[in-house]
Amino acid sequence: MLADDDQRHRLAREVAASVVDPEIPVLTLEDLGVLRDVELHEDGRLSVRITPTYSGCPAVEIMKSDLASALSAAGFDRVEVSVELAPAWGPELISEAGRQKLFDYGIAPPVVSTPGSSVPVTIGLRCPQCGSTRTSQTSAFGATACKSLWKCRSCMEVFEHFKSI
Amino acid sequence: MNGASLPAIVTLAMALGDDALILSERTSELIMRAPTLEEELAVANISLDLLGQARNWLTLAGEKEGCGRDENALAYQREPADFRHCHIVELPNDDFAFTVLRLLMTSAYSTLLLKRLSQSSEPDVAAIAAKSHKESVYHLNHTRMWVDVLTHGTEESMQRLTEAAHTLSSYVDELLDVSWIPDELIADGTCPAMDSIAADWRAIISSTLAETDLVVPESRWNSKGGRSGQFSEHLLEVLTRLQSVHRAHPGATW
Repeated sequence: MLADDDQRHRLAREVAASVVDPEIPVLTLEDLGVLRDVELHEDGRLSVRITPTYSGCPAVEIMKSDLASALSAAGFDRVEVSVELAPAWGPELISEAGRQKLFDYGIAPPVVSTPGSSVPVTIGLRCPQCGSTRTSQTSAFGATACKSLWKCRSCMEVFEHFKSI
Repeated sequence: MNGASLPAIVTLAMALGDDALILSERTSELIMRAPTLEEELAVANISLDLLGQARNWLTLAGEKEGCGRDENALAYQREPADFRHCHIVELPNDDFAFTVLRLLMTSAYSTLLLKRLSQSSEPDVAAIAAKSHKESVYHLNHTRMWVDVLTHGTEESMQRLTEAAHTLSSYVDELLDVSWIPDELIADGTCPAMDSIAADWRAIISSTLAETDLVVPESRWNSKGGRSGQFSEHLLEVLTRLQSVHRAHPGATW
């Protein structure tokens, strides 16, 4: 690869990594573990691979078009964004920075379980408002496929939790 | 296209896609009619998960078929006799107790089937199954919570569950019958052995109902034929709605 290509590849990666999640805009697709790879081909085409968090996640189409337009604005005119399922996305793919951003935004990050264990019952999440662990789930499902609803019995605030599955 | 010449994997992907698609449609009917606000969120999200699973399976079926049909062609342009789901998913939501018990039965089955398929030698099958499995376990846990609530509720909630169990019992055999899965998929590892699925399913249902008075009775009549394209009037109702926009505006896009 020529030095120039190397630089373009780095730029493409940086641009793709800075695109944010359409539903949780404090997280980038890289923080979320949704961005898999950015590849610059010799003929100048750019291939970007992403993976969905949930089978029915409606944000995937928006992610694809957001990636394509961000890269196009950065001077990449032939961009293909593909979606791959294997290996399946899991909450352990959210970066440490991403987990902190979620918490700061008011969403309790997922509790990552050890591989092979059965689906855990999440208890005592830390409230992103006051830090108390006197919390309980009010609804197993939330406003998006990836979230459930919780309340804090210390500060009485309700908050969202990025599901731990 | 001559059915006999279809790759066996199309049979598998189509049936799993149709199970998820029709059940997603039926579950989504509860939106705006759920008994609690939290359950509104639940039925909408469960439907969405199932729709996503259906899209993945039907996309795979179309690719492997190799006739240029995508997920939309398979969902919107097939005739009723070309669908391959089992009948339990097409039954109408006559009562919330029925909806809960059906979802318990289907999600218990899905967790077992998808767990096995996540070990498939075919990477696409393994990937879709692994992703769907986690969602199905979540659905199963949610419906178990409702069964607990309704079995320890009132005389009426128990009565309605008992009626639902009676109706659904006729559809269990067909749900648990995996003989439609082509032998060659078992032989080549695309579909890991399914022998114990019925026993494992009964164990999940028994443990869910262990501390309740609810019994799923043995049925004298058992539904069959869904996997070979037999269908009831209930499917026509679902497809009339599902395919109506496509029929009115063929090929329309957003």
